Amino acid sequence: MAKQIKKERIKVPEQDPKARIHNFNEVALGYTFELAKEEASRCLQCPYNFAPCIKGCPVNVNIPGFIKKILEEDIKGALEVIHKTNSLPGITGRVCPQEEQCEMNCVMGKLGDKINIGKLERFVADYAREHGIMPETEIAPKNGKRVAIVGSGPAGLTAASDLIKMGYDVTVFEALHEPGGVLIYGIPEFRLPKDIVHYEVKYLKMLGAKIETNVVIGKTKSLYDLAKEYDAVFLGTGAGTPKFLNIPGVNCKGIYSANEFLTRINLMKAFKFPEYDTPIRKGKKLAVIGAGNVAMDAARSALRVGYEEVYILYRRTREYMTAREEEIHHAEEEGVKFMFLVSPVAFIGDEDCNVKVVKLIMNRLGEPDSSGRRRPEPIPGTEFGLEVDAVVFAIGQKPNKVLYQEVPELKTTRWGTLVVDENYRTTMPGVFAGGDAVRGEATVVLAMGDGKRAAKAIDEYIKTGEWPKEIEPHNF
Amino acid sequence: MFEIVDKKVLAPNIKWIRVKAPLVVENARAGQFIVLRLHERGERIPLTLFKWHKEDGTIELVFQEVGKTTYELGSYEPGDKIMDIVGPLGKPTHIENYGTAVVVSGGVGAPIGYAVTRALKEAGNHVVSIIGFRNRQYVILEDEFKKVSDELLITTDDGSYVRKGFTTDVLKEYLENGGRADYVFTVGPVIMMKLIAKITKEYGIKTDASLNPIMVDGTGMCGACRVTVGGEIKFACVDGPDFDAHQVDFDELLMRLTEYKREEREALDRYVKGVH
Ligand SMILES: Cc1cc2nc3c(=O)[nH]c(=O)nc-3n(C[C@H](O)[C@H](O)[C@H](O)COP(=O)(O)OP(=O)(O)OC[C@H]3O[C@@H](n4cnc5c(N)ncnc54)[C@H](O)[C@@H]3O)c2cc1C
Ligand SMILES: Cc1cc2nc3c(=O)[nH]c(=O)nc-3n(C[C@H](O)[C@H](O)[C@H](O)COP(=O)(O)OP(=O)(O)OC[C@H]3O[C@@H](n4cnc5c(N)ncnc54)[C@H](O)[C@@H]3O)c2cc1C
Ligand code: SF4
Ligand code: FES
Repeated sequence: MAKQIKKERIKVPEQDPKARIHNFNEVALGYTFELAKEEASRCLQCPYNFAPCIKGCPVNVNIPGFIKKILEEDIKGALEVIHKTNSLPGITGRVCPQEEQCEMNCVMGKLGDKINIGKLERFVADYAREHGIMPETEIAPKNGKRVAIVGSGPAGLTAASDLIKMGYDVTVFEALHEPGGVLIYGIPEFRLPKDIVHYEVKYLKMLGAKIETNVVIGKTKSLYDLAKEYDAVFLGTGAGTPKFLNIPGVNCKGIYSANEFLTRINLMKAFKFPEYDTPIRKGKKLAVIGAGNVAMDAARSALRVGYEEVYILYRRTREYMTAREEEIHHAEEEGVKFMFLVSPVAFIGDEDCNVKVVKLIMNRLGEPDSSGRRRPEPIPGTEFGLEVDAVVFAIGQKPNKVLYQEVPELKTTRWGTLVVDENYRTTMPGVFAGGDAVRGEATVVLAMGDGKRAAKAIDEYIKTGEWPKEIEPHNF
Repeated sequence: MFEIVDKKVLAPNIKWIRVKAPLVVENARAGQFIVLRLHERGERIPLTLFKWHKEDGTIELVFQEVGKTTYELGSYEPGDKIMDIVGPLGKPTHIENYGTAVVVSGGVGAPIGYAVTRALKEAGNHVVSIIGFRNRQYVILEDEFKKVSDELLITTDDGSYVRKGFTTDVLKEYLENGGRADYVFTVGPVIMMKLIAKITKEYGIKTDASLNPIMVDGTGMCGACRVTVGGEIKFACVDGPDFDAHQVDFDELLMRLTEYKREEREALDRYVKGVH
């Protein structure tokens, strides 16, 4: 280990911004084997019990462990190390906010750039997929017990994968026609190619999980049916119901929720209309309201369906934006324009109510609110109009209530999230929940972590039959 | 995949199909709908459950060919398969014994009206059905309605069958002549529902309308189907499709239905010309 340590990160090739806004292909192209090995060689191989990267990972991937295997050119080995705790590396390697997790306290940060853990994980998954390398997975003998999973987002898929490995008979029910949750309908192709999601789902099926699409629990089947037919149920239904501002003109044509806009594009391939049947509104100028990851995805997708000018309208200042730095940077490179300290107060349409103008008011920052962020306060008399052909709301989502409408014993918080204790037990015996359904909007890997720990709790419950009289609500 | 097992043409451009969809029938109730996607490149469209059969797991749908997807579906024959069907969706129509219930259906609203009429009848109501069509050629489901209604009033816009006039004229006459109505349910063209609501409001009769906005998922995750009811934003696919007709902003609904007019025409043109 006495050799010179390279301080700078090995760069990841990317598509040129000018070219990429005309296609939905992936922006970051990923490491080649050579580059991956070079980056891997920078890792200090901190001991397993100490490595801060492992602690920072919500599913505790043995990071130095898989990095070492890359150096040894043993990709199957690397994949197996990752798969011990993470069944979706092709996905997490692309969408995790690594800078706030595994990479945050990477020891290399003291000497130079932190290790690019995310891109190395992605490299392993991609290389394995492209070369047909499969991890050897140990599956316990069937134990004859059945578990139902509602929702096929990262929480549900992870719970399914872990339960299968423990010998359970697992069925996943999904409302939409394709499994994957936000991975399929929300996060755009240029950040997460859908083939990768399909591949990871296929692997899960290969392990033995049954996936039933086109089933809405609460409608097609009730939760009571599931509770009767299965030994336990896990709810990973996400936080998919969009919020709108109830201001004048909000129902004009050309005003979308980010979910609708992105679903039309990602799930229904409206960018290929009329080859695909689902249309999407075309125009020159589009404004996105909000400044999180969802807003960046909507703005960058809008450029790709052909909008020439795309604005992000945010009520606070740049430093308060919640989107990942990498996404903001990519959006800027692609020419998305940012307007800070503005809030929409009305939409004005033409005679057919096609939206034409967003009326905005300027804000100043006041006292910090409960989240510690300074609250935007409108400045009277500062209204102005911004011309647009379409608007996308990306101001947040809440859990979908379809599932619980007729299940009074399932308690929810005042934000509409499900009440669970630290073992992911809901207020209905035998029913567990995790992911965005209990956290509100969070992240892919947190949903996976929930699915994982819930699978453990489910296993324990089925083995012992124990359920507490009172559920101690846990704050996630 | 969902197999079409039977098919009939009911009127010009109005077709009836029976489809195997065993999961849908288990919990289906009057007023609910399904969302279907014909094939890999298809869009998702909503259609109401006309009838459903637990014995053999089939559902019946009646649809009008108005655009690409419904024309394409109209070209499917028994043995052909629909790729995706999900349902039942939406809240079932609220059914109780009101006394006398009047169901006003227009055009292809008739299959929805039929399902609701039958449920109201089964709940012990005296049911008066008012059904209206453009002209004699378009009259559908007459026999079906007869079986589940205590009184059946049919009308055609041009008077080519039974009588001349709109459903609104029939309802007005019925009420003016002292006809009883403790509850009104209406489904059909937006304009019709709007005018029916206006009449029943004057009479102070509780009225529900089944709304038909554009939908994508049909499960509450996109808001494409949003409507304004009593000044609030509601999602028709999960909060409806039935709403208090006196609270609905029908003009907004009508306006929103034209969102994709140009694209719809383009898609249909290509389809008719055989460009797929
Ligand atoms: C546009 C967008 C971009 C994002 N970008 C990132 C990112 O870069 N990195 C990151 O970490 N996170 C990101 N997130 C957040 C992340 O995607 C979510 O936190 C994560 O997907 C939550 O997983 P989940 O399994 O809890 O739920 P979801 O992924 O929401 O999946 C829930 C599934 O349940 C189904 N369902 C709901 N109700 C029912 C029912 N009654 N019956 C049957 N099925 C039902 C839904 O159809 C859906 O498929 C993004 C989110 C969005 C919307
Ligand atoms: C809850 C619900 C239940 C429905 N049940 C039935 C049914 O049982 N039978 C039936 O024939 N139709 C029903 N509809 C209407 C049906 O969904 C539309 O006719 C269909 O989506 C049109 O698809 P398309 O691609 O063939 O036509 P498009 O190309 O989408 O549209 C062609 C024309 O139809 C109009 N149109 C589009 N969507 C609707 C709509 N939702 N309602 C009315 N007009 C529309 C357009 O403005 C346009 O003029 C229902 C709609 C909803 C929301
Ligand atoms: S903290 Fe950084 S240097 Fe240490 S093992 Fe993890 S990735 Fe390697
Ligand atoms: S159709 Fe998407 S929310 Fe109703």
